Amino acid sequence: MKDQGIIGTTGKLTALAFLMFGFGYLLVPIYNVFCDLTGINGKTGTITQEQAISAGVDEQRLVTVEFDTNVNGDLPWYFRPKTHKLQVHPGEVSDVLFVVENQAGREIAGQAIPSVAPSQASLYFNKTECFCFTQQTLAPHERKEMLVRFIVDKKLPEEISTLTLSYTFFMAPGEKQTAIDDKENKLQQEI
Amino acid sequence: MSEAVIHEEHHDDHDHKPTGIGRWLFSTNHKDIGTMYLVFALVMFFIGGAMALVIRAELFQPGLQYVDPVFFNSMTTVHALVMIFGVVMPAGVGLANWLIPMMIGSPDMALPRLNNMSFWILPFAFALLLSTMFMEGGAPNGGWTMYPPLTLQLGNAFPFLIFAVHFLGISSIMGAINIIATVFNMRAPGMTFMRLPLFVWTWIITAFLLIASLPVLAGAVTMMLTDKFFGTSFFSAAGGGDPVMFQHVFWFFGHPEVYILILPAFGIVSQIIPTFARKPLFGYESMVYATASIAFLSFFVWAHHMFTVGMPLAGELFFMYATMSIAVPTGVKIFNWVATMWRGSMTFETPMLFSLAFVILFSIGGFSGLMLGITPADFQYHDTYFVVAHFHYVLVTGAVFALFAGTYYWLPKWTGHMYDETLGKWHFWLSTISVNVLFFPQHFLGLAGMPRRIPDYSVQFADFNMISSIGGFAFGFSQLLFLYVVIKCVRGGSKVSDQVWEGAHGLEWTLPSPPPFHSFTTPPQVTDATAHS
Repeated sequence: MKDQGIIGTTGKLTALAFLMFGFGYLLVPIYNVFCDLTGINGKTGTITQEQAISAGVDEQRLVTVEFDTNVNGDLPWYFRPKTHKLQVHPGEVSDVLFVVENQAGREIAGQAIPSVAPSQASLYFNKTECFCFTQQTLAPHERKEMLVRFIVDKKLPEEISTLTLSYTFFMAPGEKQTAIDDKENKLQQEI
Repeated sequence: MSEAVIHEEHHDDHDHKPTGIGRWLFSTNHKDIGTMYLVFALVMFFIGGAMALVIRAELFQPGLQYVDPVFFNSMTTVHALVMIFGVVMPAGVGLANWLIPMMIGSPDMALPRLNNMSFWILPFAFALLLSTMFMEGGAPNGGWTMYPPLTLQLGNAFPFLIFAVHFLGISSIMGAINIIATVFNMRAPGMTFMRLPLFVWTWIITAFLLIASLPVLAGAVTMMLTDKFFGTSFFSAAGGGDPVMFQHVFWFFGHPEVYILILPAFGIVSQIIPTFARKPLFGYESMVYATASIAFLSFFVWAHHMFTVGMPLAGELFFMYATMSIAVPTGVKIFNWVATMWRGSMTFETPMLFSLAFVILFSIGGFSGLMLGITPADFQYHDTYFVVAHFHYVLVTGAVFALFAGTYYWLPKWTGHMYDETLGKWHFWLSTISVNVLFFPQHFLGLAGMPRRIPDYSVQFADFNMISSIGGFAFGFSQLLFLYVVIKCVRGGSKVSDQVWEGAHGLEWTLPSPPPFHSFTTPPQVTDATAHS
């Protein structure tokens, strides 16, 4: 009787421990859905160009959009916006060009991650074309101009007059291992 | 092992226990395992303390003196891991092992073999963790919170850190399952839940917190492991992951964890204060409900550790109010302890002195916690020495002081000898004065803007750091006195009665001192008169 009780309690508690381990993993999709809904962490809005044009342009209002670029870690790339600042009307479709150059003597794939500040504005910032949607592969010393086409939603809260669109280029996952191998090969050759 | 088998065959009723190293290696006895936990915690306390002294020596004066910055960072990281997982948690489990079967009137723990395993995992886990100190690239140095991407950049130490955390988690979860299985199934007749001593109650609740939160930590560190070695991108931005998410998952574990460290301390103090005030605990039921509410709320406040990551305003408000609400049940407990003492016939033996210091100094730590919980204020305090002062008040003068109190309180019961009261009082006063010299100035340093986890500081912080370091060394060396008192008491001393303390109530005080190898072979009948106080 007592032994059965102990086995029962132990079984239930072990199951609870495994459930909570699973719950830890469940927090990942929950977190992503939460970020999509609230627009934090650079999860920008999603409307198509047609939707935006049909909504019309707010000629009365001007919003400043600033562009910021970063290159992460050991990615040997040059990365700058051609324009650092644009004044746009909400609802208007605007283009901005970014320059990227691979300064290494080998082909490298990179992935740009966008982020919008302030975070309350990110849901109202829509990109219809962006180099960040896919990985970019650059040949040795290749220089490339890349386009971002965006629309600031007319519903952008009144108190926000300046937005910053920031990009960070990371080495694409998978590239990293090759980079480390390269380094080791080089080291061995030197030895 | 063979000796144990022989003894079982003999079926001796007397205290024949297996001898030699086998007694400890293969032990399934709650008292022996409890002793091993406590000794292990004491050893780790001095290892972690030595690391703290390295930190305080380096911070004695501005500039870099004794250690290089990477090693300094390893010291802050490993000091925290050792003190949390190697001292406070094992000491709590050790006390639970020793006391819970005696308090609920059962012969032993429900799962004695599991008990043996959960202890013996610990030395291996810490061998993994501490071995990283001798590795290329050094021990973990990205903070005990293990935030990526910094921790992902660790060298050879990384997998050792992750597997050490896994083992520590498994050990604690097994210990927790054992405690709940024991209390739910092995209580003596008449020992209803509302007659359980408060120490047992706080441990049931702590055990549930352990089972619910440690697997989440195990999940988070497993994600880091696969990020590093198997190409997943949970926390790597390039692959679509997010390093901030680690902070959320980590603190979902981390906040319940801080209550795992402090709830058993609440239990210890709730046993000691009624004994020396010679009055029953005031508001027993409200104590139980307050403890349960604290545990429940702890799952909804995690983001107050990370107000500065860029959360929506609504999130910051929610976590601020949720954090403030924990002050209510905590206040209930503090006022109940004070009310227990009110008009009691108090005497001030060492356990009571430590408990009183606990009530006062833990409240100071609680108040600075409230200050940190106020979102706009937290933006100034975040990652400064104010945070360091706060959690050392709740963990050193809170959890560790309660462990001292508990050790002095039950040591005569465990050994059958009275400890040296004069030396105990010396230990108390030296510790209490030096610990305040150590941590109180850190509040001022933090408010003035000194960041934590940095081996150097600008010169305006010099005086307070020097005072703090002097306090640190005084506190550290005072603990050698504690070691001496414990060893002296184990080796001999005046014999004590079964009840030991005049005002002590509860089943553990009905057993002889020291108690027999198997506590209650025939279960006692518990009535209201013989239940908690």
